[in-house]
Amino acid sequence: MNVTLGTLVAACAVVVVAAQVPQTPPTPAPQQPSEIQLVISGEPGTPPRYAVPDFVALSPDVADAAKTLGQVLWDDLNFEREFYMIPRDTYTTIPVARTPEEVPFNAWRELGADAVVYGTVQKADANTVRVQVRLFNVRSRQSVFAKEYTGSATTARLYAHTMSDEIHQQQRALRGVARTKLTFASDRNREKVAGPVQNRDVKEVYIADYDGDNQRRVTTNRQLNITPVWAPDARGIAYTSYRRGYPDIFIALIYQGIQETPTNGVGQNWLPVFSPDGTRICFTSNRDGNPELYVMNRDGSNVRRITNNPAIDTTPTWSPNGTQISFVSDRGGTPQIYIMGADGLNLRRITQNESWADRPTWAPAPFNEIAFTARTGPGFDIKVYDLASGTTRQITFGEGSNESPAFSPNGRHLAFASSRNGGRYEIYTMARDGKNVKQITRDGSNYTPSWSN
Amino acid sequence: MRRPTTIFIVLLMCAGACAKKQPPLGPQPAPPPTATAPAAPPAPAAPPAQRVEESVPVPAISEDSIGNRTLDDLNRNSPLQPAFFGLDSFELDDAGRAVVASNAEILKKYPTWMVTLEGHCDERGTAEYNLALGERRAVAVKTYLVALGISPDRLRTVSYGKEFPFDAGHGESAWSKNRRAHFVITSK
Repeated sequence: MNVTLGTLVAACAVVVVAAQVPQTPPTPAPQQPSEIQLVISGEPGTPPRYAVPDFVALSPDVADAAKTLGQVLWDDLNFEREFYMIPRDTYTTIPVARTPEEVPFNAWRELGADAVVYGTVQKADANTVRVQVRLFNVRSRQSVFAKEYTGSATTARLYAHTMSDEIHQQQRALRGVARTKLTFASDRNREKVAGPVQNRDVKEVYIADYDGDNQRRVTTNRQLNITPVWAPDARGIAYTSYRRGYPDIFIALIYQGIQETPTNGVGQNWLPVFSPDGTRICFTSNRDGNPELYVMNRDGSNVRRITNNPAIDTTPTWSPNGTQISFVSDRGGTPQIYIMGADGLNLRRITQNESWADRPTWAPAPFNEIAFTARTGPGFDIKVYDLASGTTRQITFGEGSNESPAFSPNGRHLAFASSRNGGRYEIYTMARDGKNVKQITRDGSNYTPSWSN
Repeated sequence: MRRPTTIFIVLLMCAGACAKKQPPLGPQPAPPPTATAPAAPPAPAAPPAQRVEESVPVPAISEDSIGNRTLDDLNRNSPLQPAFFGLDSFELDDAGRAVVASNAEILKKYPTWMVTLEGHCDERGTAEYNLALGERRAVAVKTYLVALGISPDRLRTVSYGKEFPFDAGHGESAWSKNRRAHFVITSK
């Protein structure tokens, strides 16, 4: 996979047409004849309206890729809800442009588009394609973004994801998630654990693109492999595996095919989670006779115990700056969410009115929030605690049981496991307000997602 | 210098293990363990717990029928009964203690058996916390077994949380079967 980013063709040097300025705020338009204006805006008070037609196949054997590029880019741009995405089935009357000069701006304007993507794809050689994309301001007819990608013919989705992230960055100063991945545990292989007790389902660790495409199995040991979490570099996955007959922590370096065993041989260890800088792992262990939390370096050195209570202490998550840890303890009689310093000091309880709370997950900056699973009846729902105000909001409402939230790296979305569709647990994503729920897995039962950087 | 010593020790251990493997033979009185055990407090019959998978009343256990069975066979229809727990609880109640005491008698009868105590939970808790809850259940049973005189060296604990339900149903009858400490014989 060889993505060549580059060739900023006509991205810069777009001069604002004077007539466009007064449309935005009513301030007396300062005359700045050579101002560079790359951001496409919509009508005042509304998001810009984007159109993404199929890419144009400049050679006949890339027709599928051309269609995929348009559809995936539309989906990716729609995901962040920064733009109003004009439905693709309304483009049918608009003539297809074979060159950038032929883009029918009048027709796009009639459709209400503020921005239109024009892209092409062609075979560069036997195994390589060249993809070009431009983003046009429909009013000014100027190209505000232009890129060319060259690489494998099989990764059309990745080019689209890359374009989406770059357009979000340029147009919205937003870190998109189109190239991120999910990891989760699944029993979809329907294999049984070998052992003295029959009829036990194997669970293995899987990964998928953020949109559910490209699902792949990571572990293959036919045991229980659960609670996977991404390393911040998105190249490693730490998880709990019973491959030795008891729970212990393993790290799969997925692009190298290497396993690391940082806790090798000391007690039983589970629920690992990386510090935000990737240098340390917090986890639960029974090595001192009771479930307590420990922090170690990623290589297993320098283990320090950070809880000391006869109750259960488990399910840690790090604050974005790595100085605090939120976790679950039943020291008050039921499982509740607590916060402490990463050194174990300054403990405080943050859930007061829940009968059962688990899986805290700290949102990345700028959101100062902790999402968690809370019992709301026979099942669970996802709630979000705001650290500044001390208030809690609920974002799922009893559609099945909803558990194990995990924030996207930009904090605008959560992945979670839900039994809402027929009772089996599947992975879903939703926006941080609980809207735009999207089903990611459909095969077997799937649990405990984690979202990569 | 070290190597011969090590080999010698290993040989000794082998000899010990082989010797231990012989089950206590004929002349001993050998009362069936479920029947009145003289020393232990009269185990209040543990029927409430026994209605699980092994719904058959425990077959009359004789030395031969247990001693001759393979590990797989033993675990499929185990003489060691599971102990059950209340909702969100890891404390053994009276019925649970009776089951564990009865299992302790069997373990005393077969002193070579090694056992893994599995802690399990029902599906109503969360997967993450239940890993710790199952751990506490397994440890509670181990603690009681040790108090009854079973060597901790023969006992391992492992929690499976709610990952391996014994009854895949979704009602109290399934849940009550899944909140359990399950005894797995790992060698005999």
